[in-house]
Parts: sequence; structure tokens; C-alpha cells
Amino acid sequence: MRNLWIFISRYNAFFFFIIFFTVGVVLTVRNNSYQRSVTINSTNKVVGDVYNNLNVLKKYINLGSVNDSLAVENAKLKTEILALKNIDTAKDVVVKDTAGVPQYTYLSARVIKNSITNRNNFITINRGKADGMETNMPVISPGRGVVGFVQDVSEHLATVRSLLHKDTHISVSLKRNNAVGSLVWGDRNSDYRKAYIKDIPNHFKVNLKDTVVTSGFSFFPSGIPVGTVSNTGISTGDNFMTIEINLFNDFSTLQYVYVIKNKLAKEQTELEAKLPNEQ
Amino acid sequence: MSFYNMATPFVYILFLLLLPFGIPNLLLYLIAFVTGLTLDAFYDTLGVHTAACVTLVFVRILFISVTVSRDGFDEPEPTLGNMGIKWFLLYAFLCTFAHHIVLFFLETFRLTEFSYTLLKCLLSGIFTLFLVTLIEFIFYNRKVR
Repeated sequence: MRNLWIFISRYNAFFFFIIFFTVGVVLTVRNNSYQRSVTINSTNKVVGDVYNNLNVLKKYINLGSVNDSLAVENAKLKTEILALKNIDTAKDVVVKDTAGVPQYTYLSARVIKNSITNRNNFITINRGKADGMETNMPVISPGRGVVGFVQDVSEHLATVRSLLHKDTHISVSLKRNNAVGSLVWGDRNSDYRKAYIKDIPNHFKVNLKDTVVTSGFSFFPSGIPVGTVSNTGISTGDNFMTIEINLFNDFSTLQYVYVIKNKLAKEQTELEAKLPNEQ
Repeated sequence: MSFYNMATPFVYILFLLLLPFGIPNLLLYLIAFVTGLTLDAFYDTLGVHTAACVTLVFVRILFISVTVSRDGFDEPEPTLGNMGIKWFLLYAFLCTFAHHIVLFFLETFRLTEFSYTLLKCLLSGIFTLFLVTLIEFIFYNRKVR
């Protein structure tokens, strides 16, 4: 027993290393799963407050460009309102969906922390449970483009799993021919302006500069512009092709985002959970 | 701060590199653990920096026990001015790359991107090493013997 103790204390550096390293790896693995219950991240009160305060200066510097993008969006919305006002004859045939109210509602939020340089990037926004946020809500940027999914929610803050994360897959389609694929980022690419669409069947014809929109199959509403095709010549060796696209959304200057509340999201997941698992 | 999104330096490891010689191992590991946890809270990468920092301290202890004589350290801290450029560069090199390899591979957490992750790791390591040495030169303070 005494010899064992001497042995352990002589090589204590190694044993301490094993203990602490294991704790670190266990934390990493637990953190990688979708259902996270830990609070050591930026939805935490202390960390969130620090980011909130740091953000004040950055917000001021970017005020000009944010103003511009909001003005552009305002103008777009105004034209849409005008166009809708003109259709008086359509008064009787207002299309209501099953819920009687709009299926999607938008909630604006300010980005208080953003990262683009990691392999897995997260965004923290200043909306939380108090504003009706839930996990897996889709997030888009005000101009155009997708941002990601809500990952963790605390009382007044939420983290968003950005598109720039290895586990984010968003169902998208080509506007021209509705070919559906899966939007991913990373994998030999760390440019935040580019992403890849995987699993588009080979027989579809894809041109450069084709517009890519969300397909509506994941939690995003359909038709949100995502980007334009920039490279079609990536060989995969099977029946599906991979396309490189330029994202509309500039993640490096993200200031405001919209969180989309889907009234039917819960119903849809419950219904789909009843299906036999195909995998 | 990053260089074409390929090299991201993590200069905070200088704090762990420059901790005094006399600290007991357990305390060293605890400091590294807490440092890593703090970094993780801000990067939203729970566990990744923690494991990397702990690895760095392990390499640090091994390297110091091999190269520096145990009976009474002459110098209080392993700085560039105290230990000389050759020793410090090797020390920083080993610690930085141990830290970065664990960091990037735990962050990626898949082997399909092995070579790409390794390249990122190498470039970031060089960047970090450059900045660490630069900072050490700025605060260069050669002891008068």
C-alpha cells in the first residue's frame, strides 16, 4: 500500500493529467449533444452581461451600415404593402392557413456575441424564455440569408447554433428547378462567406449564379434566399453532387437577427415522431 | 483576430507558460482547469479549452522536470529573459503545439477532416508562437548577474 502511494505521488503529474483531461473530454462530449443542460456558456448571466457591455461600442461603430440595411428593408416592405393594397378584388379570397393566424411570426433580436473563426461557431442574442424563445427555433438575418438554430435558452439570453457549425444542416433548394439539398459549412473550408450544398442528385442542371433558397423542409419557412451558386465542379464520386455557394449573409457584421416562431412546429414534430424511424 | 480564417492565435496560453516554477502540480492543474473553463464559457465550447489547457500544463511539467534541475530553482519564472531564448523557444513550441492539437481536434471532433484540421493547427500554432515570442521580447528583462 505504501509503495503504491509512493508510486502515485512520484508520478502525480501524470495521474492529475488523466483526471483533469478526462473531465475536460467528458464536458466536451456532453456539450456536443443537442440536449445541453449546462450553464457554463454565454447564456450565463455573468458572461452574457460582459458581452452585452462589450457590444455597446461595436454597435455604435457599425451604426451606419445597420441603418442602411434597415432602410433597404423598410423600402422593400413598403413596396410589398403597396402591392398588397392594390389587390382589392382579392378581399374575399384571403387565404388563411389552418391555424387562422399567420403560421410564422418574427421576433427581432440583437446579436451580443458572434464568432466566425472557430470550427463550431455560436451567436448569442438578447432574447430568452421571457420573450417566448424555445430551442430549435430558426434564425434569419434581416437583409437576406439564414443564420442558424436556437441552441440554448436562458431567461433573457439565447445561444444560436450558427450555420458555421459542423452539426448545422439546413434543407435548401435551387430556385430554378427545386432540386433539394442539404446546406452545410466547414469540411475543408473555413471561409464564412462560403458554404456547400450536399446531396443534390446528379441529373439536375446547375448553373453558376443560380439562387438558392430554403426548401421549407427544416424549421425554416420556404423561400428565404440563402446564396448564389459559385462552383459546380466538385466531384464526389457518387450519384449526388456537391455545390459551393456564396452566402448572402455576412456573418462577420451580423448585428440584428430575426427569430422565427413557428406556430405549428410542435405539432409537426409530434406528428413526425410517430413515424417509424427509417434509419 | 484571424489570418484568412486559417490561423487563429490563442495568446492566453502565455499566462500558463509563465506561472512560477514553485507551484505544486495540483495547483497548476487547478489553475489550468479554471482558465480553460473561463475561456470555454466565452467561446461556447465547453470542455475544449479546458482539456487543451490541462494538456499544456502536463507538457509543461514534463519539460521542466527534464530540463531544469529540481534542487532550488535559480529563477522564479520561466520567462525568456530568465531562461534564454533557446530554452524558451523549445518550451513554448512544445506547449503551444500540445495545446493546439488537443484544442483543434476536440473542436472538430471527427477524423474525416484530419489533414485540414492538422493544417489549421500548424498555422495557428506558428501564429501563436510568433505572438508569444513577440510579447516576451517586448517585456524582455534580462537579469543582471
